[in-house]
Amino acid sequence: MIEVSNLSKHYGDKKAVDNISFKAEDGEILGFLGPNGAGKSTTMNILTGYISATSGKALINGIDILENPIKAKRELGYLPELPPLYMDMTVKEYLNFVYDLKKCKLPRNSHLKDICSLVKIEHVYKRVIKNLSKGYKQRVGLAQALIGNPKVLILDEPTVGLDPKQIIEIRTLIKKLGKNRTVILSSHILSEVQAVCDKIVVINEGKVVADDTEDNLSRKLINEHLLTARIEGKTEAVEPLIKSIKGVIKVEVGSEREKGVWEYRIEAKEGVDIRRELFKRMAERNMPILDLRASELSLEDIFLKLTMGEALPQLTGKDDDNDDDNEDTAKD
Amino acid sequence: MGAIFRREVSSYFISPIGYIFLAGFYCCTGVIFSQNSLQYGSTKLDAVFADLILVLIVLIPILTMKTISEEKKQKTDQCLLTSPVSLGGIVAGKFLASFLIYTLGVAITFVYAVVVSAYAKPDWNVIMGNIVGLLLLGAAYIAVGIFCSSLTENQIVAAVISFFAMVGLYLLSTLGNLIPVEFITKVFNSLCFWNRYYDFTLGLFNLSNVLFFISAAVAFLFLTVRVLEKRRWS
Repeated sequence: MIEVSNLSKHYGDKKAVDNISFKAEDGEILGFLGPNGAGKSTTMNILTGYISATSGKALINGIDILENPIKAKRELGYLPELPPLYMDMTVKEYLNFVYDLKKCKLPRNSHLKDICSLVKIEHVYKRVIKNLSKGYKQRVGLAQALIGNPKVLILDEPTVGLDPKQIIEIRTLIKKLGKNRTVILSSHILSEVQAVCDKIVVINEGKVVADDTEDNLSRKLINEHLLTARIEGKTEAVEPLIKSIKGVIKVEVGSEREKGVWEYRIEAKEGVDIRRELFKRMAERNMPILDLRASELSLEDIFLKLTMGEALPQLTGKDDDNDDDNEDTAKD
Repeated sequence: MGAIFRREVSSYFISPIGYIFLAGFYCCTGVIFSQNSLQYGSTKLDAVFADLILVLIVLIPILTMKTISEEKKQKTDQCLLTSPVSLGGIVAGKFLASFLIYTLGVAITFVYAVVVSAYAKPDWNVIMGNIVGLLLLGAAYIAVGIFCSSLTENQIVAAVISFFAMVGLYLLSTLGNLIPVEFITKVFNSLCFWNRYYDFTLGLFNLSNVLFFISAAVAFLFLTVRVLEKRRWS
């Protein structure tokens, strides 16, 4: 179990973490969602005793990490953003080193063997870490976190830099591990957190903006009244036609995607589904809809939505191929 | 602590640093030994031991430069600092590993004594006192080096800072003599590593010098722990 109450970390005037509180029970996977620089890693570093908090309390299985760090650290396994690997060692040497470092009491050979088969690194066991691919390094990092069977696992962006197949494997593994442990997992990818976690804490600029179950949060973030459509035809004709549909608040004309095909971002009143009406009207005028989808929320939209309560998120007016974070959010 | 000690010792021999240090040490001491003892046909090794302080000032920074700076740079300190080991244990493990490699270097001086003894009977008490003095001086210098390594993320910077710190501690009495305040001159003289070590090379086994080097080593290791502690709080 992890219990965080009123935790703050200040770097000079900057509040990296600002009075956050949350709780993760046994057998629960808690997703820590936020953009880069939101304070996810800082919080995790405090939870693992790597850095101290300016104020507040963090309990790992009821033990205060700031007051009794050595005892608390026995309860946890940590995979930092960058796996802390000694590049000059072989996987075998490294895992044995971590085994000794954690003063693990489990039978050495069988325990290490179990972990290696769990994260599928048996065939690289004797290789030097610096020669491994990014995906394997990440797995070795995960393996070191699992040594000693810690009750609490803290994983900082565990799937970053992995290929899609590896991402699915690691997610499946985390789900499996979360059955009898407390897992905290951070990510800046909404879909990842949705896929793996039971509970989601959204953090932005050091503050918790949402703390809810995955179901509840998803319901809040459904976004059917925001549509993106690609329609063939002159914009002068299409735009007023869309606007004439009952419930439409705003139409924005985007760029020309193919010859004669323009993209439109349509905002309707919340709870109004205009898709059927839109299809009908365009079909009547022989202006085919080539693509129609609900706008996916970018992280910025999510924060806007969460921080502004019931207010509608603004249409972001961004192109599809926007910066990496949005891309990940949309497609991952 | 044991795990860190073993890893550090093995890392000295995985990377070239252990070999460079030992080769450098054996080479320098060999030259000094042949110049000061063999060529003059003398069984006295005091001049050899006296010159060795300069070798330490050059080579110990190489031995200690990466101890903590590299951990910080590669972020492997996250592995150490989030494991159930105290900061003192981490620093002690690193110190003992560097000291072991250093002891392997110093062991060569015993071989020189054996070589000399083939010609005439040397004064074993003085030689053993010299070796103990050299080990103590090295321990203090290693602690200084580890402390300097904790101040930066760059190995080269760590080595350079260590080098100047060690030169400073070696020349402390010279600096003290330049300051026309008697009290300061006295303090500098008593803290000067060379003054303290010189007694050993004369065959004087002064307990206060032994305690001085032990205290210096402990003090710098303590400062290293404080630097690591401070980093967590800043």
